[in-house]
Amino acid sequence: MKKFWKNANFRLKAGIIITAFFFILGFIVYFIPHVDPFLFNTYTPKLGMTAEHWLGTDAMGRDIFWSLIEGIHNSLSMGLIVALIGTVVGVFVGLLAGFAGGALDRVLTIITDTFVVIPSLPILILMTSLMRGSSSSTVVLLALVLAMFAWAWPSRQIRSMALTIKERDFIHTAKFSGEGTFQIVATEILPFALTWSLSNFMNAVLSAIGQESSLAVLGLSPANLLSLGNMIQWARDKNAIFTRQWLWIGSPIVATVILFIGLFLLITGYNDYLSMKRGR
Amino acid sequence: MKFRQFLLSRVFSWAITILIGVTFIFFIPRMFPSDPVENMIGQIQSRAGQMDPRELEALRSTLRVQFGLEGSLVNQYFSFLWKGLLHFDFGPSLGSYPTPVNDIIGRNLPYTMILSMSGTILAWLVGNTIGLLAGFRKNARSSKILEGIAICIYPIPYFIVALIFQIVFAFILGWFPLQSTIVTNQGTGAFISSYLRGSFLPFMALFLVGMGWQIISMKSLASTTAEEDFVLFARYRGLSEKTIGISYVLRNSILTQITALAMSLGGAFSGSIMTEIMFTYPGVGQLIQSAILGSDYNMILGCITISIVAVSTATLIVDLVYPFIDPRIRYA
Repeated sequence: MKKFWKNANFRLKAGIIITAFFFILGFIVYFIPHVDPFLFNTYTPKLGMTAEHWLGTDAMGRDIFWSLIEGIHNSLSMGLIVALIGTVVGVFVGLLAGFAGGALDRVLTIITDTFVVIPSLPILILMTSLMRGSSSSTVVLLALVLAMFAWAWPSRQIRSMALTIKERDFIHTAKFSGEGTFQIVATEILPFALTWSLSNFMNAVLSAIGQESSLAVLGLSPANLLSLGNMIQWARDKNAIFTRQWLWIGSPIVATVILFIGLFLLITGYNDYLSMKRGR
Repeated sequence: MKFRQFLLSRVFSWAITILIGVTFIFFIPRMFPSDPVENMIGQIQSRAGQMDPRELEALRSTLRVQFGLEGSLVNQYFSFLWKGLLHFDFGPSLGSYPTPVNDIIGRNLPYTMILSMSGTILAWLVGNTIGLLAGFRKNARSSKILEGIAICIYPIPYFIVALIFQIVFAFILGWFPLQSTIVTNQGTGAFISSYLRGSFLPFMALFLVGMGWQIISMKSLASTTAEEDFVLFARYRGLSEKTIGISYVLRNSILTQITALAMSLGGAFSGSIMTEIMFTYPGVGQLIQSAILGSDYNMILGCITISIVAVSTATLIVDLVYPFIDPRIRYA
């Protein structure tokens, strides 16, 4: 661990620190007992920064700091769920296509390539606008919908990775020593795929949070989900800009921007770290 | 591989992409439990009060025709492909009945295309120039600062950049209008000045985010290329830095960037939609938003079909241009 930290480049370190900070806010601070940030009129509305309310209160008398913590928690959870589904499905489909070859490979490749180039936002808009208003509009469903576009890119990368690894000597050795295809995939290929998948996983977290917040701006994120995107949208909707309540609209914006920069630094730093380890 | 073969395979995958996309948007609404016709009737009833059952039945069947929900699923599918995909006929808009959806989209699409295309292409040109310079002199202070700025802008979603611009430059400083109102009925002069004023901030948001990625990827490409043996050899031959930069580093890195341009078009289009919504810019994004608010499904379907066709076609064009730029690929 110490050695890892010593070898890590600046971006990786900065990324880890920022991301860890948000994870602490979203998954540890979140569990400190507090008033439900969804309840209206719990406090005096439109307070500035005070010792009791670090980021003041909004026009509906809710504490902005705890809303923000709730938003970070929900956005991160959503991102993690989507990235997990996308990565697992992507790795599976990619390995399948890369190893099966033949007709199955060709069909899977066509589908994967389509999902890579198709503009996802319009389709997400269509699906979520159908979900809107119906009782089925839940957070889990939204995560599943977002995951539909999260698997294609890793699948494509893993497939080409599988194609090159498949021809290496150690795979032939494994084959000749009688290992089955499943065992080869699990013990020889997966470790290769996983190092790369970690970087893709973080990227998927970032893009899922971004997509959810884009949908939120359109009013298409579930109304019972207090996410960073919904927080921005609700503040915008209640004219926080025109009434100059900068803490209300500003804190989710600043939090999102810092979180995204942190995740991005983590991704690029990790990729640089990997290529340095490979000796390039 | 012959050029014709390459062309055919690209056109084939272009057609497949559009077909799968359109099939997708045809079947998804039909898999959801919510019925657009019942939603619409619910809305009408909540505005106009309870209706006579017989009138209700008549309304229901008219709406089913309007939504293309008559006949078997297979019939619906093929008539959707035939009318929607081949003739861009999506029926009347239910929000501004009876104007056809494609008339309204035809009016707004040029705004979106010009905004997203000019933003993307300019971002690509400027971003690659900066990236090349930064990668070529990767240890200079200015390169590091430029890359740092790019890293801080690129990962942020388009709409947040747009929102920040709106707050800072339009609301606090008041340099630009908060909402892009474009006057079309007061002569050319008024149109051009309102167009430029209204487009500037949306354009800047698209341009800066798009440029961020180009700088980052071009810088890393250029700095790896600059360390290759053939560049070192060119230095030993005493070629000027300018020649090395343009003929050696740029020519070898730009090819990857052309592929990156093709890949980024979809994202730029989505970004344009989001940015337009922030500024109520009169493009497709605004149509999608008002269609969602008014449950105008024909309009949503129309906008989305056209988005898929537009993005896939733009990607196809970039891909087809590629072999003419890469000197290693020559078709007999």
